[in-house]
Amino acid sequence: MKSKKRSLVLTALFAAGTVTAAPAPSFASPTSKGVVTVDGSSTVFPISEAVAEEFQRTHKGTGVTVGVSGTGGGFKKFVAGEVDIVDASRPIKATEMELAAKNGVTFIELPVAYDALSVVVNPKNSWATSLTTAELKKIWSPEAQGKITKWSDVRAGFPDKPLQLFGPGTDSGTFDYFTEVINGKEDASRGDYTSSEDDNVIVTGVSGNEGALGFFGVAFYEANKNRLKVVPIDDEKPENGAGPQEPTATHVIDGSYSPLSRPLFIYVRTEALARPEVAQFVSFYLEQVKSLASEVGYVSLPDEVLTKVQSRFASKVVGSLYDGKPQKPGTSLAQLLH
Amino acid sequence: MEATSTTQTLSPGAGAFSTAKKRPLLAHPMTEKAFIFFARGIISVALLTLIALIADVAIDGYERLTWNFFTAFPSRKAENAGILAAWTGSLWLLLLTITIALPVGVGAAVYLEEYGSKGPFTKLVELCIANLAGVPSVIYGILGLQVFVRSLGFERSLLSGALTLALLALPIIIMASREALRTVPKGYREGALALGATRWQTTRTQVLPVAIPGIATGCILAFSRAIGETAPLITLGALTYVAQVPNSVFSPFTALPIQAFNWLSRPQPEFHTNAAAAITVLLAFMIMLNLLAIIIRAKYQTRQR
Amino acid sequence: MSISGKSTWRPGEFVIEWILRVCSSLSVVTTLGIIAVLSIESVLFFEEVPVSRLLFDTEWTPLFLDKHFGIWPLLAGTLLTSAIALSFAVPAGLIIAIYVSEYASEGVRKVLKPVLELLAGIPTIVYGYFALLFITPMLQVIFPEMGSFNALSAGIAMGIMILPMMASLSEDAIYTVPRSLREGAYALGASKLQMIFGAVLPGAVGGITAAMILSAARAVGETMIVAIAAGQQPLLHLNPLQPVETMTAYIVQVSLGDTPHGTLEYHTLFAVAMMLFLLTMTLNIISLAIRERSKRMYR
Repeated sequence: MKSKKRSLVLTALFAAGTVTAAPAPSFASPTSKGVVTVDGSSTVFPISEAVAEEFQRTHKGTGVTVGVSGTGGGFKKFVAGEVDIVDASRPIKATEMELAAKNGVTFIELPVAYDALSVVVNPKNSWATSLTTAELKKIWSPEAQGKITKWSDVRAGFPDKPLQLFGPGTDSGTFDYFTEVINGKEDASRGDYTSSEDDNVIVTGVSGNEGALGFFGVAFYEANKNRLKVVPIDDEKPENGAGPQEPTATHVIDGSYSPLSRPLFIYVRTEALARPEVAQFVSFYLEQVKSLASEVGYVSLPDEVLTKVQSRFASKVVGSLYDGKPQKPGTSLAQLLH
Repeated sequence: MEATSTTQTLSPGAGAFSTAKKRPLLAHPMTEKAFIFFARGIISVALLTLIALIADVAIDGYERLTWNFFTAFPSRKAENAGILAAWTGSLWLLLLTITIALPVGVGAAVYLEEYGSKGPFTKLVELCIANLAGVPSVIYGILGLQVFVRSLGFERSLLSGALTLALLALPIIIMASREALRTVPKGYREGALALGATRWQTTRTQVLPVAIPGIATGCILAFSRAIGETAPLITLGALTYVAQVPNSVFSPFTALPIQAFNWLSRPQPEFHTNAAAAITVLLAFMIMLNLLAIIIRAKYQTRQR
Repeated sequence: MSISGKSTWRPGEFVIEWILRVCSSLSVVTTLGIIAVLSIESVLFFEEVPVSRLLFDTEWTPLFLDKHFGIWPLLAGTLLTSAIALSFAVPAGLIIAIYVSEYASEGVRKVLKPVLELLAGIPTIVYGYFALLFITPMLQVIFPEMGSFNALSAGIAMGIMILPMMASLSEDAIYTVPRSLREGAYALGASKLQMIFGAVLPGAVGGITAAMILSAARAVGETMIVAIAAGQQPLLHLNPLQPVETMTAYIVQVSLGDTPHGTLEYHTLFAVAMMLFLLTMTLNIISLAIRERSKRMYR
């Protein structure tokens, strides 16, 4: 295997120089010491951190560590068997599934909460009282680049003010999901906007510019309500609730905030479940996540979905509901889990 | 310093040449006054910036600096969250980095100053050191991830973090130590060698003791820089939530800058306060290290006279 | 050299010399390690994307559907922020160096040096937020049209960060100028400033240039300040009031992000890191060469 060879070369290179003579690889495997290792998305991190905190309070002696390497970094460690659980803000991708299969890693995919992508504007913005998904597409599609630069370009009647756009990093699951459901194709977006991996930077940007528009997870709106104004979104499909909707828990759960709500996941390595502490941690996670997710700013899964997730875990259903493809708008978790 | 004192006796540009009525701009006393004024202005701005930076952070974080903050693990509730894992992690990281980098760095400096001939090997080493001193710290993180975490199988342990930071600090330590060794007068070495001491005996008994204060100062500054590094630990994949105090070099760890960075990226302003408090602790720690360097330097300078 | 302890064979000496040699060779190993790690993954990138696409495209959008791999926007962002930083740090650093070496009393020196060292040691995330939340709002008073993220604030913060390095390296350079040069200038009736600008600075020009280049390398490699305050927007322009993305900011973005590893998108990280490494290496080698030359001048 290519990477084996690579690591051999590097080991040889370094074994020569390192003073602390290195024992053979995989010396310190934390996966063998009663420690549950979680890593991945920074979006899911607050949920896993909360569960880990509670778990350690009730299960003394078992350690849980949570890292933030991004969903991509988390899956890389996951398919190599380096961590037990991945926090993922998007479903596993085809390339990652191939690697998992190649390494003989099987996994259970468990949705744990919803995130509602919130579209926000400056509080001084008096005109954008609602936007349709078509208008969002008009603003964010690749064709808009350099053309839709003023609010009046978005809708006749909006003032002739410059439109400054702020969005999450192009490397984030939030960006992937937004482009998929709004622009119809993952990663299809205009490029002339300010992006940042740190969503607080978007908060600062939108609250500092009158003509600004940005989007991010609902937790960032909830924590900064006084500096931002949320824009209700209308998908113009009456079956998903008529008229523009705000990203509230009710609207996310009943589906009327479609298509801008997305599920967040954890992935558990089947093999790791042989260790009692991992199995205990995951069942504890699914028991507690309902209250903890909303406490840290996300929308909890409704009971009927959560029950399905729990039984999915209990019967160890391996594989992904999405088959390596991006999430499609309009397919609810309840339908998928059925 | 010497140069300043001697030149001052000669200085005032009142020589025969400059008494002419039309002086060039640079010779005019007003120009000099203006220059000094300007220089002091710049220094004051730098000083004020430093004070503003520290004060800004300290004021933001001050209210969270309670005993509990130092003895608690991270939590989803900002008011319960603490930096126990982070500060112990940073301390371990610092001690381990010193253990690894100090002998190697001083050893390398001794070799280059006391043993090295001007051969191609020395030239190559010097080139690499100069180059490594300017390599961006993120790149050290990438190196650490591939080599220590993956290839050597140390996982994301304290050892991987310390080795990465040690590599990062090495060029600075080597350069500072060489500088210190160079200030040791030649006579010290020649005397010992003439008495029949070997090169190592000379180095160990004559050169190193004199150079130690200089080495220490340089190294303290290098290490205080290393513990403030964020980017390499991020690329290395240092953990963020750890609720245990490290107990071995293979323990998973978090560190103050990582914890602060994570809190800063949270939406709730209370976490930002925590981040400011964590940075205040880090800054206080660095100021203490710098003070230590000043004390050592002051002692050293008086002894020289 | 004639009186080295080589007359008798001592195994202990031999072992120690080898240990020390290994210590110093570690720097070579580290350099090779960096080159190895970066090239292994960059090769995977260049297998799919020819270098020409890197050099002859003006857009950098590897994470978008419509992928472009022109390195220029990242390079322009890196150079712009560094240039801003240097245009503050170089003159200010030089003036501080002159003041400290030629005018300041011993007491002032004793206070100033540690203060500058402390300024250099402040974690760069602190500078990043200082730029975003302190410098930018101040600048917005002067440039109301400037957005929250811009190259200027990040550059200024970076300038403050590298100022101590510039000052202390230039002071070293000024210090090595022989006294005879100064005295010669005075003997000709020069005023102190004439002496400084006519004799000392020209004499130290090599060391000062080296200091500038090293500061430039530091600026080019700085990560957290630009990642936080400059705006992560890979646009090809040189307007300091606009947001930019630097090479380092891109590396941090991808290494923290959700992109699957092993894909082309992910390999861009290593290609960018490689370019960055080559850039700083070139700067460092030039600086070293200049320092060597100017050292020889006074020997």
